[in-house]
Amino acid sequence: MTLPGQTQPRLTDGAFQSHYIPNTPADQADMLSILGLTCLDDLFLDIPEGYRNPPLNLPGPLSELEIQQELAALASRNRPLGSGPSFLGAGSYHHFIPSIVKALVTRGEFLTAYTPYQPEASQGTLQVIFEFQTMVCNLFGMEVANAGMYDGATSLAEAALMACRVTKRDKVALADTLSPTYRQVIQTYCQGQDIQTVTVSATSPDVDETTACLVVQYPNHFGYIEDLAAHAAAAHDRQALFVVSADPTAMGMFQAPGSYGADIVTGEGQPLGIPPSFGGPYVGLFATKQQYVRQMPSRLAGRTVDRLGNPGYVLTLQTREQHIRRERATSNICTNEALYALAATVYLAALGKQGLRQVAELCYHKAHYAASRIAQLPGYSLPIDGTFFQEFVVQCPIAPAEVNRRLLERNILGGLAVSEAVPNAMVLCVTEMCSRQDIDALVDALGEIG
Amino acid sequence: MPAGPARDTSRLLMDRSEAGRVGAVLPACDVPAQPLPDASLLRDGLDLPEVSEPEVVQYFTALSQLNFSIDTNFYPLGSCTMKYNPKVNDEMAFLPGMANIHPLQSAQLSQGALDLLYRLQGFLGESTGLDGVSLATLAGAHGELAGMLMIRAYHLARGDTGRRKVAIPDSAHGTNPASAAMAGFQVVDIPSDKDGSIDLEALRSVAGPDLAGAMITLPSTLGLFNPNIVEVCQAVHEAGGLVYGDGANMNALLGRAKLGDLGFDVAHLNLHKTFSTPHGGGGPGAGPVCAGPALRDYLPSPVVAQADGEFTYTLSEPPSSIGRMSGFHGNFGVLVRAYTYIRTLGAEGIKAISGNAVLNANYLMEALKDTYYLPYDRRCMHEAVFSADWQKARGVSGLEIAKRLLDYGFHAPTMYFPLIVHEALMIEPTESETRQTLDSFIQALKQIDAEITDDPEMVRLAPHSTPAARLDEALAARQPDLRWKPKP
Repeated sequence: MTLPGQTQPRLTDGAFQSHYIPNTPADQADMLSILGLTCLDDLFLDIPEGYRNPPLNLPGPLSELEIQQELAALASRNRPLGSGPSFLGAGSYHHFIPSIVKALVTRGEFLTAYTPYQPEASQGTLQVIFEFQTMVCNLFGMEVANAGMYDGATSLAEAALMACRVTKRDKVALADTLSPTYRQVIQTYCQGQDIQTVTVSATSPDVDETTACLVVQYPNHFGYIEDLAAHAAAAHDRQALFVVSADPTAMGMFQAPGSYGADIVTGEGQPLGIPPSFGGPYVGLFATKQQYVRQMPSRLAGRTVDRLGNPGYVLTLQTREQHIRRERATSNICTNEALYALAATVYLAALGKQGLRQVAELCYHKAHYAASRIAQLPGYSLPIDGTFFQEFVVQCPIAPAEVNRRLLERNILGGLAVSEAVPNAMVLCVTEMCSRQDIDALVDALGEIG
Repeated sequence: MPAGPARDTSRLLMDRSEAGRVGAVLPACDVPAQPLPDASLLRDGLDLPEVSEPEVVQYFTALSQLNFSIDTNFYPLGSCTMKYNPKVNDEMAFLPGMANIHPLQSAQLSQGALDLLYRLQGFLGESTGLDGVSLATLAGAHGELAGMLMIRAYHLARGDTGRRKVAIPDSAHGTNPASAAMAGFQVVDIPSDKDGSIDLEALRSVAGPDLAGAMITLPSTLGLFNPNIVEVCQAVHEAGGLVYGDGANMNALLGRAKLGDLGFDVAHLNLHKTFSTPHGGGGPGAGPVCAGPALRDYLPSPVVAQADGEFTYTLSEPPSSIGRMSGFHGNFGVLVRAYTYIRTLGAEGIKAISGNAVLNANYLMEALKDTYYLPYDRRCMHEAVFSADWQKARGVSGLEIAKRLLDYGFHAPTMYFPLIVHEALMIEPTESETRQTLDSFIQALKQIDAEITDDPEMVRLAPHSTPAARLDEALAARQPDLRWKPKP
């Protein structure tokens, strides 16, 4: 690969001086002489000869001006959401983000801190985690939540593993309406421990005495609300756990999974103030019942007191974790997504009790407005009869890939094709970011295409 | 400057909540209201706070000021590589053409992103000598799990079902045993020899037909380069096993040695350590997996491939992939930062990182070894591991010394790790600190040693000047208080 880099002779002679490395050649010479050495290479003599100083074929350095130009050029070859109406969701959602979220998460004191291993020097991060845990519990109607996981998919995979630990069973039942991506991640996580994954019907899930948990999505992969009370009963009748992956935005409107008796609730935290960013970084949400807290993966912040009797926060119940319990830990997770747990906490603080409900209702009404108009178009139909939140399935007169191609000609980003589930179908997503004008443009375009 | 009384952080958001306050205003609904679903599906209440925007900004700003961070403090936390996080990297990740792209939009609409990822795969492959790269793993431990699942899949694909053991030296990174266990392996501990290197004879004694592989941290958590590393890899290979490399400490080796040349089959990198992306108080990270010829085909999905046709880059699944490890294609925002960093530094700058990181660590080691016991008195790499045994004998522990450093405005070193060093204090200065900072840190550690003689009680009760005094961790574990609850 050839990329531009500075290959011209420099104006002044001497070693490359990076603006990220303060030591000058004079500093280096002085420090080396204290060590009785003459050059930096002398520091690396433990590396066997023949393996030392291999060729490093990377492009030459760029100035900040040049790097900004290069990245701007790369960015210009992507189509950002917001450059036209967008109706793509399926696990990553385009929502409004108040300006204060970025302003607060980019504060160096949050951004450039490490995991709060020294609590006396990390009270800010720890108190944020405590606030985050409170909010996740309240969103999902659960008793305890952790400090976050990598993303929604891995959160759910860890929930499946946890259910196997709790029940001492080694089979997990996945509803056939679960996101295929989530299913694949669960399968990857389960392969090491020889845990079997089976797909069950979401309308009549087959849960037996060897099943550790029933896993469902809320709303499901197609956007619809399933009968969680019936699912909970199906799981609990066989002493299996009921595991739900829930969209946090929908929690502004719909019943919390905890109210149906869910044992573990996970979710993708991205809708809570985190940009889509081509798939990451996001944050996984993870909550459960108090009785299972010691089987939970990942960090937990707890409130305590300091030597002087003042309240303060620490990481706690760490005997669950890899650095203490080693190979008997509940998970190997260490670094998680603390900065994006902060983003979600700021977002939920700003939106608050009323704001999250308003966002959910905007999505609901706009999605239903779009669906009712599309249903009237000749050749289009809504093949699934059920309550949905912000996503719904549309059956098209032609292949969804072709529909999307022709929508894009009109600068509209279409939905996710799900033809494997329903012929010629796609899932459309409508959030508060879509104006009535955007929706009407979509409906008009679909009418012309069909 | 800490926040004043009006910016007190003692009340949590729910304590501040006042009915009717809002922190964000949303647009009115511009479509006709639609019929609502059955009321039984809808929730009544939602316990989120009601606070105004200024209160949110003031509260979180005041909280931020309770933290130590790289931007505000020297942070020599061993094995964590707390180097300066360049601001331009953040700015590039926030470009609308990077931050606002949907992971499922077609490759045709994401060519810039895919091109960047493809180039980054190339840079990381070149840096490690392991040229198959997947960027889909989201943190170091996540990369470890992927790597161990790849080793498992490799043996199973060859019908070799009896390889259940993984050898892990006692100087390995802390997550390794948990990652091996999660991938279904039994962990066998390998001791270090008297020089702190992997005990080759002990390794050979377990290298049999049941050995799946070894997980090796290079340089080790003792901050040392194993001079026998080539023999270690050979011993594992001769037994039919594969070698996993924990790349947490790659800051020492950039441009100095390649893991693939030394005999490693697969490794992860911590972009949030070596490649300067900010830790964010505990993530996000990114833990790309780099694999050589034996394991390349087993990499997690997706990887970015160059394709013919109407566009150039596309996402693809390696032929024998272990599967997906995460929801989408990796922590893209972190990957953009790492790409920007590598492009900014170039080959010369990359090599200057390891040179200056190792120089700074050795400078600290040399200056402190008369005051603090150095269990392995030999050339260190990016970090120096001391023991506070001499101070412990005088009545003050390593933990108390670490806490006292906070009073000097320095973050503590990593304490009590690695486990094989009593009272361990693991110090990693990185390349991005000035000699003046190193000198003042050295001075502080010598001063604390003197304080142990003059006023040991004061050191034992440290810290004295941080936002919280020593916290009662035992109480927190005994009576877990894990969320805000309304007052009864």
